[in-house]
Amino acid sequence: MLAFLIKRLAQAIVVMFVISIISFSIQDNLGDPLRELVGQSVSEEERQALRDEMGLNDPFLVQYARFAGNALHGDLGTSYFFKEPALDVILKKLPATLDLVFGATLIIIGFSVPLGVYAAINPRSMFSKIVMGFSTVGISVPVFLTGIGLIYLFSIELGWMPSFGRGDVGHIFGFWDTAFLTSDGLAHLVLPCFTLASIMLPLFIRLIRSEMMEVLQSEYIKFAWAKGLAPKRIYYLHALKNTMLPVITVGGVQIGTMVAYTILTETVFQWPGMGFLFLEAINRVDTPLIVAYLIVVGAIFVITNTIVDLIYGLVNPTVKLFGGK
Amino acid sequence: MMKKTATVLAGALLSLSAMTAQAETLKMAYDSDPVTLDPHEQLSGGMLQLSHMTFDPLVRWDQDMGIEARLAEKWERIDDLTMRFHLRKGVKFHSGNELTAKDVEFTFKRLQNSPDFKGIFTPFKEVRVIDDQTFDLVTNEPFPLILNNATYIFPMDSKFYSGEDENGNAKDMLVKFGNSFASRNMSGTGPYTVQYREQGVRTEFTRNADYWDSASKGNVDKIVLTPIKEAPTRVAALLSGDVDFIMPVPPADYKRIDASSEVDLVTMPGTRIITFQMNQERFEQFKDVRVRQAIVHAINQEGIVKKIMRGFATPAAQMSPEGYLGYNPALKPRYDLKKAKQLMKEAGYEKGFTVTMMAPNNRYVNDAKIAQAVASMLAKINITVDLKTMPKAQYWPTFDERAADIMMIGWHADTEDSNNFFEFLTACADKDSGLGQYNSGNYCNPEADKLMAQANTETDAAKRAQIMQQVEQMLYDDAAYIPLHWQNLAWGARAGVDIAPVVNKMNFPYLGDLVIKK
Repeated sequence: MLAFLIKRLAQAIVVMFVISIISFSIQDNLGDPLRELVGQSVSEEERQALRDEMGLNDPFLVQYARFAGNALHGDLGTSYFFKEPALDVILKKLPATLDLVFGATLIIIGFSVPLGVYAAINPRSMFSKIVMGFSTVGISVPVFLTGIGLIYLFSIELGWMPSFGRGDVGHIFGFWDTAFLTSDGLAHLVLPCFTLASIMLPLFIRLIRSEMMEVLQSEYIKFAWAKGLAPKRIYYLHALKNTMLPVITVGGVQIGTMVAYTILTETVFQWPGMGFLFLEAINRVDTPLIVAYLIVVGAIFVITNTIVDLIYGLVNPTVKLFGGK
Repeated sequence: MMKKTATVLAGALLSLSAMTAQAETLKMAYDSDPVTLDPHEQLSGGMLQLSHMTFDPLVRWDQDMGIEARLAEKWERIDDLTMRFHLRKGVKFHSGNELTAKDVEFTFKRLQNSPDFKGIFTPFKEVRVIDDQTFDLVTNEPFPLILNNATYIFPMDSKFYSGEDENGNAKDMLVKFGNSFASRNMSGTGPYTVQYREQGVRTEFTRNADYWDSASKGNVDKIVLTPIKEAPTRVAALLSGDVDFIMPVPPADYKRIDASSEVDLVTMPGTRIITFQMNQERFEQFKDVRVRQAIVHAINQEGIVKKIMRGFATPAAQMSPEGYLGYNPALKPRYDLKKAKQLMKEAGYEKGFTVTMMAPNNRYVNDAKIAQAVASMLAKINITVDLKTMPKAQYWPTFDERAADIMMIGWHADTEDSNNFFEFLTACADKDSGLGQYNSGNYCNPEADKLMAQANTETDAAKRAQIMQQVEQMLYDDAAYIPLHWQNLAWGARAGVDIAPVVNKMNFPYLGDLVIKK
């Protein structure tokens, strides 16, 4: 186990290194940060003086060496816009994004498992067909359109839900804030979470359905029927457990992807999270923040994949991550 | 239900509210929020909006582009180089310190060191303090725009900003990209103080209880500013009642907001001119005035305003908008396709040519669509346009390189004066003086430049107007650039939030004077 984690850690460091080089080398193509820092009528001379002061005129390798040296001390640079260490800025926005991801994950699990299982057991029922029809539509509608549609219906026309923002937040453990603790926060969470879930939910319903149908065809299920086991036991214990294996693998990868989708959801709902922050940083050419964001998101991918591998071992004892044969 | 109860209650309280000022909260959403609390760190619309809420200028613009006294009660010209100002008595900063001429001097010196503002203050020599209430603004040469530029002097509390902060840095230090005392703390004389600020998420303002302007009818006690970047979300927030006031309103939603009885749309002709410049150095053919004339005649400004801007812009034939001294009423848009073709024929380019064009796609209202429209209009006189649009962050470096034959540039004159357009957009480019910094067309007319220089030291307004109108005429005759239109400004507010009297062409809503009707 320890050896496995150490190996993962080493991989993570390589991944971070590659990400930092890539993000660092594209920054020149993003535009000129000075333009966003000064007014339009400021003279070229004045701007060049500021560039010099900020070290933006140094050669690439000098700049990268300076960045890497600081990064080893945990300093990923200072955001031009927020004037605070980029890592702090991102970590401050992390709870808001994780609120969204957590809420969307609850929705996905809560809906996809029962719906997927139902559709697998009763493939010919009218309800199953409706569910599958909706999931096709859901997959093909872009996130921002879903978001704007939901705002239009539930905020403007019906007036039930707030149209933007995160609302009041509660605090736990002294440092973590979450919108799940207040009624106002929960109200603000509903639309963005459903929007974010709208991409993954259909995918998981279809995945669970097809996996379950396959499992139901397998020999050991036939044997279970022959043995006269209760249908409930067959469906929900024997079949479901094996259905979930590939679902967990896909799920782990998709949680990472969901972090990426938060960029769109957060922008539509003006959600003060990391994704929105990233898009703004690109618009403002806030390069330290962009680099730091990419590194943090890379870390999230590595961590979630590691956790998935560990869970995989728990669910299926035949999978061995570490040690000999 | 809630709303109805509130209305009934409000009705019952109406007699009361007539006697006592009602505490009102304004929730507003802009497309961005202030980058800092230091008013001198960046010269931008957002920062000036903040300055007008938390500080007061010496003088400010009114809705008709006239000058209104604020902290300076009155002023008089002493000689060609000097203007004497008398400060209002008994004005207190948020810190409780009293405003004196020393604060003005302190602020002026700080402005002169600000990379963003020093350009506006180069014509000035110094602030000469006479006594606590009196000071002189002295210029290097006779300068006609003293009052225009005095709108940028928002006196800062010199006592509050003196000394050192906990990091051992001077409190008045001006830091462009970093943490400074002034970027986190402020003490002005303005109607509001910043009570809470989470950058990029929300800023809360509370009314300054000791505000000097007791004549102001403003009754807003608390303002909550939330930046909402996405235009549809901003509009949705207004329509659903989550916010009371939004700016800007996207043209696509004007009709919808105007039609709704619960929200009001206020629009006003703006002062930002949108133009294209034809680069004579990159593209030899543009040196021929007939070719430039042909292009200007091929562009249908009215069509662009009608179809793309949905009527919310003013077609332009010059850079100075109406109300500026240099505005020349004789100049009209000259769309005439026949003449354009004729001119191309005379110049020997009946078969046309191919040019490159670049424009930003997120800087001006509908910028990319406008560029596409212009490209297709030029196709009618056989000019093939190779158009490229890009986000502003990438556009500006490209613009600096003068990377295309035709480039888009929009301009708002910081001094609200015609000469500012000439200096930045059409003057012969000169690295040392900084003139023509945004003249990507490399247009150069020494005669126009001479007049421009003359206008810079002419203090007689009527003579100045004449000179600058003459320059506009010369640029028009020369087809120095392609004028398109002035963008309109648009604000949306919940009915009852009376924004019409407090908004202006500069887009600095004077929220201290805002009245919310019950």
